[in-house]
Amino acid sequence: MAGTGDAHLRDEALLSVRDLRVEFPVGRTGLTVQAVSGISFDILAGETLGVVGESGCGKSTTGRAILQLPAPKSGSISFRDQDLTRLGNDGVRTLRTSIQMIFQDPISSLNPRRKVRDIVMEPLNIWKIGTKEERLARVNKVLEDVGIDPDIAADRRPHQFSGGQCQRISIARALVLNPSLIICDEPVSALDVSVQAQVLNLLEDLKRDYDLTLMFIAHDLAVVKNISDRVAVMYLGKICEVASPDALYSSPAHHYSNVLLRSIPVPDPTVVVERVEVAGEPPSPVAPPAGCRFNPRCPAATDRCRSEEPTLREIGPGHFVACHHPLHGGEAPVSVRVA
Amino acid sequence: MNDFRANETQTRLRPESGELLRIDDLYTHFSTALGVVRAVDHVSFSLDRGERLGIVGESGCGKTILSRSIMGLLPRRNVLRGGSVVFGGAELTTMSLKDRRRIWGAEMAMIFQDPMTSLNPVIKIGKQLAEPLRVHLGMTKADARATVLKLLQDVGIPEPDKRLDQYAHELSGGMRQRVMIAMALACGPSVLFADEPTTALDVTVQAQILDLIERQRRERNMSTILVTHDLGVVAGHTDKIVVMYAGKIVEMASTGSLFGAMKMPYTEALFQSIPKLEQPAHTRLVTIGGRPPNLIHPPAGCRFSPRCPYATDACTTHEPPLVEASPGHWFACHHPVGSERWHEVSVRRREVA
Repeated sequence: MAGTGDAHLRDEALLSVRDLRVEFPVGRTGLTVQAVSGISFDILAGETLGVVGESGCGKSTTGRAILQLPAPKSGSISFRDQDLTRLGNDGVRTLRTSIQMIFQDPISSLNPRRKVRDIVMEPLNIWKIGTKEERLARVNKVLEDVGIDPDIAADRRPHQFSGGQCQRISIARALVLNPSLIICDEPVSALDVSVQAQVLNLLEDLKRDYDLTLMFIAHDLAVVKNISDRVAVMYLGKICEVASPDALYSSPAHHYSNVLLRSIPVPDPTVVVERVEVAGEPPSPVAPPAGCRFNPRCPAATDRCRSEEPTLREIGPGHFVACHHPLHGGEAPVSVRVA
Repeated sequence: MNDFRANETQTRLRPESGELLRIDDLYTHFSTALGVVRAVDHVSFSLDRGERLGIVGESGCGKTILSRSIMGLLPRRNVLRGGSVVFGGAELTTMSLKDRRRIWGAEMAMIFQDPMTSLNPVIKIGKQLAEPLRVHLGMTKADARATVLKLLQDVGIPEPDKRLDQYAHELSGGMRQRVMIAMALACGPSVLFADEPTTALDVTVQAQILDLIERQRRERNMSTILVTHDLGVVAGHTDKIVVMYAGKIVEMASTGSLFGAMKMPYTEALFQSIPKLEQPAHTRLVTIGGRPPNLIHPPAGCRFSPRCPYATDACTTHEPPLVEASPGHWFACHHPVGSERWHEVSVRRREVA
């Protein structure tokens, strides 16, 4: 379950993250939560990278660390050839106009006391972009693009909207500065299926119209498959598999990806999913297991998995897995040990 | 100690097979400052012993209020209710609070959506679990503790003797949900309501919890009522499904018949809006325009008509009755899936797409 290794990285990426580590102290105990333990990935311009995993696997922390919220412990994050970890506060602030974020809970991520127009216009005011009329026109255009009628909505406050509409307003706020990368942290998991479909379609449309690159973090594999060009599966602070959605879903190579896929309820009573039994829940990231981090729950774990951490290697075109004994693609060659 | 049926009233109320629960013309309206909210509007269905029922719909369609109305867990003020709920031959709606208390927990139990807030944070797990046993079955402290230990084992909690003396915050979300299930099962109820039992959980844990409920149902010959917005969850875990929209039942059928031949355009739309694993990436999802109606002034005619692609003038004026179209398959629609109007519009929609 290592996220170590960089076989899957490409040149010419819009965003390139290397060996990212994020740790949090646990109270005054002197212990640390190793939320993200050395992961590398990249996103090409115009691509959608899906990141899936269970709660606590570090997927949201990864998204936030890109924006330096908080700054990671080590690793480099380069966006258009600028390293965000070395830019300093002002530099990061400027760069954040091109990297925006959408959060999970649409209602609590909007200020309840402000009008929708002011919420969406604030980034323009902060950066003093255009005249007042130009800003207003921009806000109206963006609101219209996300499917909110500016004439009716602009003078209302967030509580007068449903969850789906609030998420649209959050998206408008993220779009107003014309960013190139949007990090979507579970943007549809708080929504009903019918509304979820609307927001997913909207994100696809906006991606085309606004030339966006998306990082889409979610725990729902079907949603991630629908929207992504490439999917990274995370477990306990590490990346275990990177592949195109079609390859990942038709032939997962990592045992954890397989468990995740087979846990999804299928909306068809005639389908009997062969469940892979997986014991218990993810271990604590304060004291992660040695070797492959999935080994205590893995049906195929051997002694090698308990001592040696696997690295990501290519088993098919664009399909990378960090596992000694993957479901297909052959055993990992016994190689240099990675600490 | 393991004889959960020791109580006289319990044996009387629980038939071993056949009809266990009958809901007839049940309604629950709330009077608010803005008007009367028709949260559950004249709903009828029945449930057999050991049967697994799913109640499906979007948020705000009344599914949670329906399950609470059946149990009688509603505030006393500003609620208008009527209709009947017959459980094992006894009418629950007119029963005194004292008698209903004897049924809650012992005969009908409920697992709530949010395991984080449904447990008391300042009482140890063991004591919380023992409470229904001591109250309903009159067990001694020692007997209750032994039973609780067995219950925790049954629901798959590792090191149960250690957990007894822990507090809710020391357990993970999945463990807390297991404790909630153990608590609901404590007195061996014959009906288990599970209101979105897995929404707050991860997929792998969700699968474990649903399997656990299913295993316990089989072992205890219990009926389950699974309330959820996720058609994927009900497909594999129910025998019969009730689809609700705006406080009414719009379709009701056996699970096989519903998924095999769904009739109501709302059910079809709910199903189509789910992203499916077998579809290739970037498949355009079919959406339902708009959102569920305001239940103070529901639309005239069919309540789904403002959002329905097949709606005609008749739909906006005449409310379609819930009819049994084929044995066991009920729906309320003028232009069901497969009708002439449906074909006509579907062809046009496909051309546009």
